[in-house]
Amino acid sequence: MTDAGPALLEVNNLTTHFHTPRGPLRAVDGVSFSLRRGQTLGIVGESGSGKSALARTIIGILSKRRTTTTGRIAFEGRDLLTLSEPDMRDIRGRDIAMVFQDPTSSLNPVKRIGVQITEVLARHLGLRGCAARSRATELLTSVGLSLPEERLHQYPHQLSGGMRQRVAIAIALACDPKLLIADEPTTSLDVTIQAQILDLLHRRQKAHDMAMILISHDLGVVAGYTDAVAVMYAGQVVEQASTRSLFRNCRMPYTAALMRSAPNLSDPPHTRLRAIAGRPPDMVLPPPGCRFGPRCDHATDICRNERPTLSASDAVGAHLYACWHPVASPGASA
Amino acid sequence: MSPAELLVIDDLSVTYALPRGRRLMAVANVSFTVYRGETLGLVGESGCGKSTISRAIMQLPPPTGGSVIFEGRNLAKLDTATLRRARKRLHMIFQDPISSLNPRRKVGDIVAEPLAIAGIGGTEDRRRRVRAVLETVGLDPDQIMDRRPHEFSGGQCQRIAIARALVTEPQLVICDEPVSALDVSVRAQILNCLEDMKTRYGLTLLFISHDLAVVKNISDRVAVMYLGRLCELAPSARLYAAPLHPYTAALMAAIPVMDPDWSPSPSHLLAGELPSPMNPPSGCRFRTRCPRAAPLCAARAPEWQEAEAGHFVACHFPLVASDTISPARQS
Amino acid sequence: MSAFADDPGHETASAMAAPSPMQVRDRLGFRFWLPAVWIAIVVALATTANLLPLPSPIETDFAALSNWPDRTHWFGTDQLGRDILSRAIFGARISLTVGLLAPALGLGIGMLLGMAAGYFRGRVEAVIAAAMDAVMAFPGILVVLAVTAYVGASVPLLVIVLGVLTVPTFMRVARANTLVFAQHDFVLAARAMGATHWRVLSLEILPNVVIPMLIYALLVISRIIVVEGVLSFLGLSLPAPWPTWGNMIADGQVDLATLPYIPFIPAALMFLTVLSINLIGERLRARTDLRGSAL
Repeated sequence: MTDAGPALLEVNNLTTHFHTPRGPLRAVDGVSFSLRRGQTLGIVGESGSGKSALARTIIGILSKRRTTTTGRIAFEGRDLLTLSEPDMRDIRGRDIAMVFQDPTSSLNPVKRIGVQITEVLARHLGLRGCAARSRATELLTSVGLSLPEERLHQYPHQLSGGMRQRVAIAIALACDPKLLIADEPTTSLDVTIQAQILDLLHRRQKAHDMAMILISHDLGVVAGYTDAVAVMYAGQVVEQASTRSLFRNCRMPYTAALMRSAPNLSDPPHTRLRAIAGRPPDMVLPPPGCRFGPRCDHATDICRNERPTLSASDAVGAHLYACWHPVASPGASA
Repeated sequence: MSPAELLVIDDLSVTYALPRGRRLMAVANVSFTVYRGETLGLVGESGCGKSTISRAIMQLPPPTGGSVIFEGRNLAKLDTATLRRARKRLHMIFQDPISSLNPRRKVGDIVAEPLAIAGIGGTEDRRRRVRAVLETVGLDPDQIMDRRPHEFSGGQCQRIAIARALVTEPQLVICDEPVSALDVSVRAQILNCLEDMKTRYGLTLLFISHDLAVVKNISDRVAVMYLGRLCELAPSARLYAAPLHPYTAALMAAIPVMDPDWSPSPSHLLAGELPSPMNPPSGCRFRTRCPRAAPLCAARAPEWQEAEAGHFVACHFPLVASDTISPARQS
Repeated sequence: MSAFADDPGHETASAMAAPSPMQVRDRLGFRFWLPAVWIAIVVALATTANLLPLPSPIETDFAALSNWPDRTHWFGTDQLGRDILSRAIFGARISLTVGLLAPALGLGIGMLLGMAAGYFRGRVEAVIAAAMDAVMAFPGILVVLAVTAYVGASVPLLVIVLGVLTVPTFMRVARANTLVFAQHDFVLAARAMGATHWRVLSLEILPNVVIPMLIYALLVISRIIVVEGVLSFLGLSLPAPWPTWGNMIADGQVDLATLPYIPFIPAALMFLTVLSINLIGERLRARTDLRGSAL
């Protein structure tokens, strides 16, 4: 995110609170990043880290009654948070599209696939009739579905999980969005299908110079398909860098621990895993100071009392982390 | 049957009857042996029949063909009462820790349930055993015995499920995707816990998972399944270094590697989708997606053969060492 | 924690002490407590009616025929000079007895059948479902009419007939809930441990099914109270002079234009009671749904 060129998406100090009976739950807490055309940002975190809430806030599909959002989401210079719902509906699907984890629930079970695609085409591009049908066939072909003409007449339940996710991607890509948000797009799929889908997203993104936010809990998925990565923990970005720098040179103890705790294929069987003690904090009453502090081996008094800010480690300012005691590089080789 | 063989699966088949006279063969002629004290990993993608095998071993429901011989006795032939007694010696841990614990019962009662069913000990004795096993899985009995499962995180619930599986000190524990529902950091805690429990109780594990990295970490030997049949079985270090079956190689190539310089090459992606188990391909079931498929593969199903000592494979054209050094890295 | 002395990977007791969102319950609120207080008052009055300093509900005070509410007769008297407050309280007994016992009967039978159908499936389910269809096709009200005409009205008869009529719906709710919980791994786990079907049903499934069933029963209770009212309005419940809310309304309708308070008071009591039970049921249902979604 150092290169020149205007940012397509600029998120600034974004905060999303869910209202709960116990008080506000800080799902997203002061997140900032920017994204240019053609770039892929990976967002990594465990469940409850706020990565999905962040995606839903950007695309504006959280209930306004149950959440409070502050900060700024500038998309091509317009602040999405100030847009009216009709304006937002125009952007959603046309300029910003989203692919969800579970294709079964993101597709309508009682509508034929052809209808679900042509609806989007009609709404955003005004395509109808034959033009819409041929575009739909084209889209299904482009996401690698065999027999696209027949698929148009099928219902989602007649397809396998992998094929359903391809249809969901075809719908998301129908209007050539400028930004695609993929929220764990392969988590519910098998590993061979996951590889196909990730490859598909990657190729489509390159071909259309689209920006993408790839959300995953799997560091391996993010490593292979992103330009930059933001690591989230308890609603905050705790480390953010180019993908290469993050994996080669990680500074935040949480990132390092996350990398170490996953079983590695290159290790022999029965290698003892280095688990992270404890579990993520309660997001209604997060600990003061560093959110990862209570689980961190390096934590000292300052970690418990003062919250570290996300700041650069080098002169270029490309590698950001929030930590009082960053681990010495190279963290990834551990 | 030698004393080292704890569980022998012989020619196991599970067929489901579907409406309109159709039949679904979820598991077809699978044979393997689990030796005392080892961890056997069973990998495969969803729908390959690996969970069906675990259910068939537990006789829930019993397999439609073949035999499950546990400690020298064919479980399918046992009468209800004897089978019930045998059950305290083999246990199961499930994928979803929250669904596997009854939300309306207290943790102390949940963990004591296997003892109550088997009629072991009195109230005091049971309580003592439950406390001991909870402590060994890393939970504080005083804090949790009187609480209900929904008060705990997924990782804690899985520890409770492990405690329940161990309280009768079984010989064999079948772990059906025990860490798939857990976050990465918690996954490592549970895998470590399972390894510790294995040592402490001298357990034998059958570890079922779709995650090859997890299976490699915990298993002594690994079996690979595809569409209801076994493809390959070998000691894990050997299998991962030199897979013989093209499917095993493709599975390994598809695992994302935590390395920014590794870019996945599309040429190694496994094409196509899993065929319907209702209408599996003739001959070798993997042939529709196999890069090495030849007419022979459609004509005849490959035999289950021992290619090298301890390394079994079912393939007409197994990979040779030079093919498989690193299928993921060449490009 | 001996096995983990060297392992940083276990979750510590302090981490466990952090309250999870589920531990803090939201308050039930006045929409629960207000109706609950009303029901408590009605039940308390009805059960202690004999001990209360009330005039007899069936004796006539000739000095006070058709008196509007005043200081001696708080709710007034009816055309025969009977104290309406007293009649209303004694009438509540019948309404509540029938309203509670009939659903209890239906709940007991329906839950047993529904759990068996949902757990065993197959032939058991087919037989039970067919039996329920037969019960529902039965013209229940006509049976009440016929039997009442033959042997005379009685509370046990009413309870049995109305109870049997509620069995099919209870059975369906129980079956639906059982189907859901039978899919959970804890049922499979219990079977894998060698638990008998009886043990699985009573220890694993019943505790999960019984709570939604009781909440559903509240809705049935309120419906049965209305049905009993209608039946006694038609003269099919307890014979006069014993009061029920239904026959009090029936008695009052004659002079509705001039003495509207006579039918109005029992009607209002029935309305408030039924409304209260529905509100309580609705609130409890919302609460358990919340818990259910977190499972």
